[in-house]
Amino acid sequence: MENGEKPQLERIPAMQQLLDNPFLLLFLGVTLPTVLYLIWGIMEVASVPVAH
Amino acid sequence: MATIDSGFATPDTSTYRTCGFTGLRVERQAELLIRVNAVAAVLFLAWGGLLGLSVALTRWPAVQLLPAEWFYLALTGHGANVLLFWILFFEMAVLHFASAIILGSRIATPRFAWLGFIMMVAGAVMTNYTVLRGDSSVMFTSYPPMMASQWFYLGLIIFAVGALVNVMVFFGTLVVAKNEGTYNGSVPLVTFGAITAAIIAVFTLASGAIILIPTWLWSLGLITEIDTLMYKVVWWGMGHASQQINVSAHIAIWYAIAAMCVGAKPLSEKVSRGAFLMYILFLQLASAHHLLAEPGLSSSWKIVNTSYMMYLAVMASMIHGFTVPGAIEAAQRRNGYTRGAFEWLRKAPWGHPAFSGMFMSLVMFGFIGGISGVILGTEQLNVLMHNTIYVPGHFHGTVVAGTTLAFMAMTYFVVPLIFQRDIVWPGLAKLQPYLFGLGAAGISVFMMGAGTLGVPRRQWDISLSEAALGYDFPSAAYLMMGLNGLSAILAALGGLLFILIVVASILAGPRLDRPGAKMRFPLHQGGAEAVAATGSEGSPKLPGTIILVTIFFAAFVLYYFINWKYLSELWLFQ
Ligand code: HEM
Ligand SMILES: [Cu+2]
Repeated sequence: MENGEKPQLERIPAMQQLLDNPFLLLFLGVTLPTVLYLIWGIMEVASVPVAH
Repeated sequence: MATIDSGFATPDTSTYRTCGFTGLRVERQAELLIRVNAVAAVLFLAWGGLLGLSVALTRWPAVQLLPAEWFYLALTGHGANVLLFWILFFEMAVLHFASAIILGSRIATPRFAWLGFIMMVAGAVMTNYTVLRGDSSVMFTSYPPMMASQWFYLGLIIFAVGALVNVMVFFGTLVVAKNEGTYNGSVPLVTFGAITAAIIAVFTLASGAIILIPTWLWSLGLITEIDTLMYKVVWWGMGHASQQINVSAHIAIWYAIAAMCVGAKPLSEKVSRGAFLMYILFLQLASAHHLLAEPGLSSSWKIVNTSYMMYLAVMASMIHGFTVPGAIEAAQRRNGYTRGAFEWLRKAPWGHPAFSGMFMSLVMFGFIGGISGVILGTEQLNVLMHNTIYVPGHFHGTVVAGTTLAFMAMTYFVVPLIFQRDIVWPGLAKLQPYLFGLGAAGISVFMMGAGTLGVPRRQWDISLSEAALGYDFPSAAYLMMGLNGLSAILAALGGLLFILIVVASILAGPRLDRPGAKMRFPLHQGGAEAVAATGSEGSPKLPGTIILVTIFFAAFVLYYFINWKYLSELWLFQ
């Protein structure tokens, strides 16, 4: 641990705030694959022309 | 000055004991839930492993144990019982351990955790019953238009919802621990790894629900058609992402065992957590590598999902692959093993089954599962091995030699610390990880070998004796399948030994809840602190790890090159 003397008021770095927030991580971890993999993938399948 | 700003607090009626070995606070419900989930896991492993042996013996051409219909039935049962039921039950135990036990907290809503557990058992039994009835031999992927019985899909849905309930309880426990102040600052790295696994589990189980519910309705006749490509895209959101739950969970376990066996601390909390973050963001996209041979999906989609983004996740794996042995080396040097580049490794606790299992899992996951995974995930190279038995070879390197071996290793701590029973037959227990590890390495490597020669996966008879169009595989392919069968026997023996040791220890092992009781396979002094604390090792000199990692990179580059060379020879442009 690196916080030696400094009192609580020290600013917590943004990255650490992200890593300490499981629900923000959950949001990112579900959204990213949903958009890039699922939604994009489904749109590609849906745009394949149907044979007659 | 203290002020009161919240109206009510739920009284903490939970009962705790203090662990005599680790000093951790262990809550009763958490302990019971870990026990039942671990027992269920081990029972499903026993059953699924037996089916795996029968499958491997059938694919040994000289033996061909089962008739064709039985082969596909056993293959379906094998995949479901080991990859879903064994692994997910164990992971539920890991989640409860990494939240309640490591944080010294109670479980949020234990009733829901029990409900989830019961649903998982009901779903798993239902699926097994349907598979055994013989009308649902659709194999692990259950691709339509093959249709299983409605109970098959329903069983899987109930199982998945039960698992999701437990994942929610895990997030709830994190909130409870924070609010009740059972820890300060950031959660320990092992818990962070479990958070990674749980996040990926949410995406996995949601994809599973999106695809299995319509498929179930289709089996009931309420929907007329399931688009096969649509099914594959969404199904692999579950099928692949679930493997990433395993990776995150077993890496968390590597860190935990390294801490408990030799007192290892992460080299850098920042770097290890950053690597887990890359998993959270990018690992799940790699689902697309299962669809590299599909027409109908664009190269942009394939390449974005499997290359650009996925390599960030591969990099994260390499970071863990460096920091875990690095942390062990640093700790061992602190423990006084400072001579030469490798004294720390030679004098490591190789007779401790948790350590030996963990270290072999680390090495084999990297060398066998990891390298072959990058090859299969490269769009151009994928065509060399797509749908050959190379694919099961690769994933037995990841989920058997990697995940399963790591979970087995962890069990050698779960039994004494959570069941409070000591391990029986220590001589056999020392041997068990080596036996299973050797067998698992064998089935992975020999299936990959046969696949390189073109042997298909999920094929009952490679002599194609009843096929209209014959094909002669080289005799080396037959040899590989035979060696695979022999390795399967070794792995099955190692698995059987594991089950016997665990069951006998739980039922009849010496009790450890008495003052003065000693663990046969001990914790490192300060090991418990290292698991439950945060803090980095700093930047010590790690010559041994650097050498190991250099060997890994050399092997990786060489194998990657060989496969491109092989591709260029198959594909002659003249
Ligand atoms: C005694 C240990 C094991 C042996 C001998 C074994 C052997 C095999 C063999 C020979 C196949 C069939 C390959 C084919 O014909 O396509 C197979 C498939 C499979 N195995 Fe294992 N295995 C073992 C343990 C495991 C474990 C522990 C897991 C998961 C954690 C696992 C997951 C799978 C999966 C998912 C499949 C694919 C099923 C499918 O194609 O539908 N195996 N295994
Ligand atoms: Cu995959």
